[in-house]
Amino acid sequence: MRTVASIALDATCYGMTLFMISVGLSVMMGLMRIVNLAHGAFAMIGGYIASYASVSLGLNYAIAIPLAALCTILVALPLEVVLYRRLYANSDALTQLLLTIGITFLIIGVANYVFGPTLKKIPLPASLSGPFDIGFRMLPTHRIFVLACGCATALALWLLLERTEFGIRVRAAVDNAGMAEALGIRTSRIYLATFCIAVGLAAFGGVVGAELLPIEPYYALRYMVIFLVVVSAGGAGSIAGAFLASMLLGLADTTGKYLMPEFGEFFFYSAVILIVAIFPNGLLGREH
Amino acid sequence: MATRAGPSGIASGLLSPELLGFLVVWALGTVGYVLFPDDLAFLTRIVSIAFLVLSLDLVTGYCGVATLGHAALFGIAAYAAGNAARAGWADPLVLLAIGALVGAVSGLATGALIARFRGLPQLVLTIAVGQLVAALCNKLGWLTGGSDGLSDYTVGPLFGRIAFDMYGRVAFLMSVAILAVVFALLLRIVRSPFGLLTRAIKDDTVKARMIGASIYPRLVAMYGLSGAVAGIGGALGAITAGVVGLDGVSFERSASALVMLVLGGAGNLWGALAGTLVFHVFEHLVSTANPFHWMSLVGAMLILVVVFAPRGLSFGAIVLWSKLRARSP
Repeated sequence: MRTVASIALDATCYGMTLFMISVGLSVMMGLMRIVNLAHGAFAMIGGYIASYASVSLGLNYAIAIPLAALCTILVALPLEVVLYRRLYANSDALTQLLLTIGITFLIIGVANYVFGPTLKKIPLPASLSGPFDIGFRMLPTHRIFVLACGCATALALWLLLERTEFGIRVRAAVDNAGMAEALGIRTSRIYLATFCIAVGLAAFGGVVGAELLPIEPYYALRYMVIFLVVVSAGGAGSIAGAFLASMLLGLADTTGKYLMPEFGEFFFYSAVILIVAIFPNGLLGREH
Repeated sequence: MATRAGPSGIASGLLSPELLGFLVVWALGTVGYVLFPDDLAFLTRIVSIAFLVLSLDLVTGYCGVATLGHAALFGIAAYAAGNAARAGWADPLVLLAIGALVGAVSGLATGALIARFRGLPQLVLTIAVGQLVAALCNKLGWLTGGSDGLSDYTVGPLFGRIAFDMYGRVAFLMSVAILAVVFALLLRIVRSPFGLLTRAIKDDTVKARMIGASIYPRLVAMYGLSGAVAGIGGALGAITAGVVGLDGVSFERSASALVMLVLGGAGNLWGALAGTLVFHVFEHLVSTANPFHWMSLVGAMLILVVVFAPRGLSFGAIVLWSKLRARSP
């Protein structure tokens, strides 16, 4: 019983972390139709900056998180203008793969040259590091914080896309970019804004989830495909799909690693093959 | 057709492309053998990886299947050859045949799944299959040696009489000979009706279907061929290195093979060869200084190639060459 409870908690936390990082990618892939393998690299930049801010500059965790997200967006912005933009009209998957692999390698090389190739710790404040009493048992406070952040991300993104003027424009561009443009929606601005949101969410998720996916020199390479896989299993462009896929794959991975750790990622990828073979457009995705 | 250009186009009329391919591989091998007698183990490794990149070119360059899990075929064949040697089959040529066979079967099996899809689901399936194989190879320690690798096997002499020497001369020459033969064969196959049809499928699947081509069987067949080529490379690695490790099935191996292919030029067997060579020479020079400089350099190189020479370095060089020739009287 105790094992089941801790598997459930860890799986949910892991799933939430996957969700926070990959939901931005999902929105981006739904809108711009781009296979972006550099998404994990943006999460890594966020982690590096948060670590630098809190360890070297001594800033508060609550300041380090938004600072990391903001700085990551600033770093990524030129990449959008110079490189990503030329991919939006290009449907060749190979080109997209190679450009984004190239960006990932470049980010890994530069980040580790600037900040040094070591494991980056992001120290938690005292209020998040202790246990938390939920009545019938104690839970690590940080896990609860991760869950809360995940729910807040999902809610905020849903409100943004479903309840604002901006969201209407985004959905119009997703449905038919040419028609949206003809109606006076500046799709290139929508794309830029979406890119920034995706990158910011990646950095945010990278920092908050650093306890589960530790920030290390090859972070971007190690988790390169995992976010892409989650998005594809959930269905590009679908927030609910990304959430469902994150939770399912988080459960498959955590259960497998608890019960049969020597199998590694076997269960995770078995679940991926099963999901993608049955739902080629993802669990909740639409056909393009 | 642009992709038909290349060294084969320049020298056409004098030699058949197959013979030219055979001779160029031998010439390159001889140059390497004479100039770098102390680095033959490294050169042999390059030859083994060249098989993987050629094999990747068959599915990615000629069929348009973007895959990030191709090392699985290479690695499975390497483990098969290692285990066959452990079971007592010491003849290197037999081990190569086993590698090719196992690679072909694995290629057919994974191709049967992967060729059913297009686009993003296809890419994700190749990743998942590759990672699944890597996880299994790590788990099945009795078969693969786990993270220690498989090394408790010995390979007998070539043709039963030429023993492998400690300088790796026999291993290198054998590898080059096999590469030359396989390369010439592949040059022939991609010019055959079968090869041309796969290229038509890549360029426009709908049109290919309208002229009566059955798409799926062709793609699976090409995956099988590709698996055989990757399998020869894997078995060659197992024979010449004397150890089979998990790096052979890793995601990094798949990704770097794709990088090599695109640096050289996908859809062109010469490009695959050139990309492998350029990548390894640069890696050898730069990563000894600092592995992160190497990553930055590869990243920058990839970005530049995608932006300025989207069809690869070899094609870019040919365009540049023909422009220069057109300018001079």
